Amino acid sequence: MSMLSIRGVGKHFGGLQVLQDVNIEVPGGAIFALIGPNGAGKTTVFNLVTGLLRPSSGSIAFQGQDLAGIAPHKITRLGIARTFQNIRLFPDMTLLQNVMVGRHHLTSYSGLAALFALPSFREAERRSRERALELLSWVKLDHKAEATADNLSYGEQRKLEFARALATEPKLLLLDEPVAGMNSSEKAVLMEEIRNIRDRGYGVFLIEHDMRFVMNLCDRVAVLNFGRIIAEGAPEEIRNSPEVIEAYLGRGDEAEVLP
Amino acid sequence: MEAFADFWATYSTLIFTVGIHALLALSLWLTLSCGLLSLANAAFMGIGAYTAALLTLHLHWPFPMVLAAGALAPAAVALVIGAPTLRLSGVYLAMATLAFGEVTRILVLNLEITGGPEGLNGIPLLTTWWHILLILAAAGYALARLRRSRMGRAFEAIREDEVAARMMGIDVEGHKLAAFTLGAVLAGLAGALNAHSTFFISPREYGFENAVDILTMTILGGISSLIGPVLGATILTLLPELLRFLHAYRLAVNGLILIGVVLFLPTGLWDSRRLRQLAGAWRTRREGKP
Repeated sequence: MSMLSIRGVGKHFGGLQVLQDVNIEVPGGAIFALIGPNGAGKTTVFNLVTGLLRPSSGSIAFQGQDLAGIAPHKITRLGIARTFQNIRLFPDMTLLQNVMVGRHHLTSYSGLAALFALPSFREAERRSRERALELLSWVKLDHKAEATADNLSYGEQRKLEFARALATEPKLLLLDEPVAGMNSSEKAVLMEEIRNIRDRGYGVFLIEHDMRFVMNLCDRVAVLNFGRIIAEGAPEEIRNSPEVIEAYLGRGDEAEVLP
Repeated sequence: MEAFADFWATYSTLIFTVGIHALLALSLWLTLSCGLLSLANAAFMGIGAYTAALLTLHLHWPFPMVLAAGALAPAAVALVIGAPTLRLSGVYLAMATLAFGEVTRILVLNLEITGGPEGLNGIPLLTTWWHILLILAAAGYALARLRRSRMGRAFEAIREDEVAARMMGIDVEGHKLAAFTLGAVLAGLAGALNAHSTFFISPREYGFENAVDILTMTILGGISSLIGPVLGATILTLLPELLRFLHAYRLAVNGLILIGVVLFLPTGLWDSRRLRQLAGAWRTRREGKP
């Protein structure tokens, strides 16, 4: 059974039709990629899944539960976490604090306990800090736990965003162009991190337009072009699909049009 | 002893004012810590002051209960007006809260029970120095604890990136309302203490000018820690007094000093990060010497 079902979803902004009848089934415990040229509507799909936007038509269900009308922060609590194309960290907070923010709904104590630092407060904070440090060690940033996030390199910021998203204890992790703007060695590191995340049992749903990166990494791929899904399948099938080649490289019939 | 009595007789009002301004600056710090640029805190102070003064004058409630009511009345108002206005952000929120402040001022100016433009006279002087010190210390302690809790982290996350905070499972609207309401509690307390230390209150004291003063104190001191707002309130209250020797030029020089601070120290006088860096640099230089 798929973890996330996007069925017949359409989205328009005024007269602009961004998505049309999009059907995607994202499995759990695997790496699923949504690829497509710039402006195809990929990030809109993520914004619909996380509740930042509402679909104009169709439905989205997570583990069988319809997400219509559920507030974004509650969708996160159901088990969907995301990162952003243009990295959105809390720059003035330390790495540890950044990750601990992700533990917000999993850390609970009364206001009174916080006011007087009662044992229930100290215990919950200690557990939260330990888990945050563990997640930082997963992405090999635990040695910088007390540095502020704006001191990190670009690649490190991405990895911190992974750790912060994992701190919400998601079942499905949405990654929006995780290797955008990175050189090939940084890409290799990130690819390894994403594989590690999958191997720990998380479902990964990522958006990308770097074809080579996707083909080497993903278990399954869907292709979005001009708001429609034009192909879906294993990476080899996608690589050989004429529609996909056309979407990426243009039509092969210019020669016939010429006199 | 006599010297102290003289000093106290001359300066007690000023010292009371420093304490009350510090409390006000902390109230705005709380609201700003969640990224809300609110100009409503002067009006919340006024609501607290009038509620407290009326309870003392007409119902003769004991002072602790008067203080509690002075804190809770503006909090109730904040809950009601917060839900629709906190959808706005940045300068739009500032404008909406400014309008709320003006409406409150005009209402107080025209109601009979508040004494209209005449204000309320003959409020017993129940506030003592230790009331102010105790409440200021308790507020400082509570805010320091808040910063280390999940709520304080959520406030900071919302201030730094609202969308990212939402995606971390934080109820952004709920936390904004909490910050706005808790800010109103502190401002209301400051108002109740103020009403019982000045004998007389009028609508003029809680208008636009006061709202801007509170904002200036907080920003001037810096919002990176709790020390900043208290420092800003102290300096901004004492500066006009210290500049008395300049006579007619006093307010102009006061303004120039403020412009200078804002130009050269845009993060405020007390920026914990800058101070840490300075301390670090000083230490390395000292250790580097043979």
